[in-house]
Amino acid sequence: MELGAGLPTGADGGGSRFDNGQAGPDRAPGSDRAPGNEGASSSPALVLDHATKSFGAVRALEDGSIELYAGEVHALVGENGAGKSTLVKILAGVHRPDTGTLSVGGHDMTLSGPAAARDAGIAVIYQEPTLFPDLTVAENVFMGRQPLRSARRVDRHAMDAQVSAVFTRLGVRLDPRRVARGLSVADQQIVEIAKALSLEARVIVMDEPTAALSAYEVDRLFRVINTLRSEGKAVLFISHRLEEIFAICQRVTVMRDGRQVLALPLEGLTADDLVRAMVGRDIVQREGTDRGQQAEVVLKVERLAREGTFLDISLEVHAGEIVALAGLVGAGRTEVARAVFGIDRYDAGHVEIEGRPLRKGSPTAAMAAGVALVPEDRRQLGLVMTLSIEGNIALPSLRRLSHLGIVRRTMEHRFATDWATRLRMKYGRLSDAVSTLSGGNQQKVVLAKWLSRRPRLLIVDEPTRGIDIATKSEVHRLLIELADQGVAVLMISSELPEVLRVADRILVMREGRLVAEMSHNDASEESIVAAATGQLERAVA
Amino acid sequence: MSGSIAPAGPKGEDLAGEAAASRSQQLVDFVFRVRELGIVAVLVVFAAVTTAIEPRFLNDQNIKFILSDTTIYALLAVGETMVVISRNVDLSVGSVLGLSAYLSAHMFSQFHDLPIFVVFLAGLAIGLACGAFNGAIVALARVPSLVVTLATLYIIRGLDVVIVGGNMVVASTLPNSFIGITTASIVGVPVLFLIIAAFVVGAAYYLRSFRSGRELYAIGSNPDAARLAGIPTGRRVFTAFVVSGGIAGLAGVLWAATYGTIDSTAGTGYELQVVAGVVVGGVAIFGGSGTVVGAAIGALLLQTITTALNVLGISAFWEQAIAGALLLLAIALDRGITVRLTAALRKRNLRYGT
Repeated sequence: MELGAGLPTGADGGGSRFDNGQAGPDRAPGSDRAPGNEGASSSPALVLDHATKSFGAVRALEDGSIELYAGEVHALVGENGAGKSTLVKILAGVHRPDTGTLSVGGHDMTLSGPAAARDAGIAVIYQEPTLFPDLTVAENVFMGRQPLRSARRVDRHAMDAQVSAVFTRLGVRLDPRRVARGLSVADQQIVEIAKALSLEARVIVMDEPTAALSAYEVDRLFRVINTLRSEGKAVLFISHRLEEIFAICQRVTVMRDGRQVLALPLEGLTADDLVRAMVGRDIVQREGTDRGQQAEVVLKVERLAREGTFLDISLEVHAGEIVALAGLVGAGRTEVARAVFGIDRYDAGHVEIEGRPLRKGSPTAAMAAGVALVPEDRRQLGLVMTLSIEGNIALPSLRRLSHLGIVRRTMEHRFATDWATRLRMKYGRLSDAVSTLSGGNQQKVVLAKWLSRRPRLLIVDEPTRGIDIATKSEVHRLLIELADQGVAVLMISSELPEVLRVADRILVMREGRLVAEMSHNDASEESIVAAATGQLERAVA
Repeated sequence: MSGSIAPAGPKGEDLAGEAAASRSQQLVDFVFRVRELGIVAVLVVFAAVTTAIEPRFLNDQNIKFILSDTTIYALLAVGETMVVISRNVDLSVGSVLGLSAYLSAHMFSQFHDLPIFVVFLAGLAIGLACGAFNGAIVALARVPSLVVTLATLYIIRGLDVVIVGGNMVVASTLPNSFIGITTASIVGVPVLFLIIAAFVVGAAYYLRSFRSGRELYAIGSNPDAARLAGIPTGRRVFTAFVVSGGIAGLAGVLWAATYGTIDSTAGTGYELQVVAGVVVGGVAIFGGSGTVVGAAIGALLLQTITTALNVLGISAFWEQAIAGALLLLAIALDRGITVRLTAALRKRNLRYGT
């Protein structure tokens, strides 16, 4: 523990130069790995033991266990859907576990809400904090508990001074008197951290804080985290970037399928160990083939870029081919799909469908060119929940089903019946509202809606999220069938077994760039995770 | 590989960052001061142009007119601002004013020797009751305030019409001491105007310096975050509506004293004038920012325009069109400033942050 308590961080007038100099040795890789340092007390600051949490029939957390120690930065890693977010929300008091115990500072407790978590000394810093944009930084920190002077008036000077002192302690330059509007995500996180410190939080949870930060900002955040550690805070640090975990953390908990599968000091572990623990399940059988690779190109994307979202994306999808776009949530995959379909604009590059350039920013043009997009969030974007099943299926095809501008209900009904049978939907009556269907059948309605337009290119975003296993494999079968019929399919999926089972070719995105391309033969869960988390480059380098 | 484990940028970066911070602070300060200065500038230019065309515009009589008309709007604007800052709107103020104006004046025609403060208390009570009704529905039932107060606008006006019927209170039935409230003046400035001005300044100080005032801004700025910060959002919003209602009740009594003749149409359409004044005065219609002082100056600007058009002999229809145009301009400006400001601050962050 180089950044020991013996060096009062920025408390003297040394200012930034002092902090810079001090932070120097901490950045050396490996220097922070020493676990169980003297500052850490032997009894944990927070223990979550065998917590479970279900949402309806879905078991989000099977066995959530974690032990955080004062003066330690603890990494929580796992694939998308491993249960990390649920665990964080339990610590934040947002969710209450169905079973299991939580103890903070040695006392068992039940958190009735976010306020209870805060009172228990737990602060959560989210990836994108929600501040009051119109108020000053200092007011954001102290809202609801501002220091007062005579006549119960807010003491702005004291407030600004206290926040200023916290920023100095953290070695951060931020003016407490400026309004929060326009603060970078990194600065917003700093404001939240300052709030946590002013609340005297003992446990600070950071949910993927670095996902939206630049390299310089990550570096500054790490200096701040080291300061927190030296002050005896227990920090829970969640990140998909393994190199960050090795740079800043002393202990790691790996989760998989809602369970804790590994909890060890980081010292002695390698990135490969973590990846193996994260993936760790049986390798699924592969159904991908080389079909379509020689066929004509349906979708051609060249050097597509959108500022701050994705960069230099070039890809091709052939007729009859299923291409998976893999990567972590937030890697920019959905954004690429939205740009191709014309929902979002892009700044550079171009898109061709069957050799013809596609006008940008126009979903109508994309649909006319034979592109269909099945969005990730079907409840929000894919369906009109209150409309009937047949109404939803027929929605994009109304022109075909109407005569002189009037929709013919009998044709609509016959049309919908036809598609419902083909997709083996389970429903009461076609006139029932879509909201009465199960998630899987809802997804089938969305698919029917777009398939009925006979697209040349089908883009599906997380096609089986929140769907039961039986329907999942039906959706997979359907996608493969479509490809066999010559449709080009671009599938965005965070579920690796799905990617490996269905895709012929796999493209991996990381932080807005395409970082790897693999044929289904070369791909494995390990290689995809490695590419998605940046381990590939490290291995090559 | 992200540079998280690479060495930091050149030394002194933090100092540069500090300089940037204070510069962006200055920018922000300037823009926020300018929000109110902007309206004052428009006011001055407008008065100057009108005087150039028609030199009689700035005589004592007109100034007195403008100030006395402004008092009621400025008073209403204080309550409305508190509501709008919390990301709500109160459209019922005109109806509350009408009901309070008639009932309070009617008390005089029944009991001629009633002390004036009792009448004010009655007006205040009527207003508080209406405001509590609005606030309860908005805060407890979580119904959008636009809908709630649109409904109470009609309900209270309907109640007013039922009570008043075809009757009318005329000035001759009101005691002179009551009417005198509005005409008293010190060196040409109406006393009432001074009282209201002091009230506006007091309200501005309250919103600036007390927790509950700051919490109204927080609620309007980000309601979810406000709830997470432990702010009793329902209670605060309820209180804002009660205050707005109470102020509208008091304004009703003043209205009766100012105009003397009160029928069931008193205060019709005031709500839009008040909201217009508030928005023109730089209070963001989506809450979170703006000041009572700005709103009062906004009300003054609208009244000045009304009077000026009158003096210039321009039809009253133009007055409404101009008020509308001004409103659009204010909203466009507000939006523009927010967008520009955000962009400007981001740019600074980028330049020094990476």
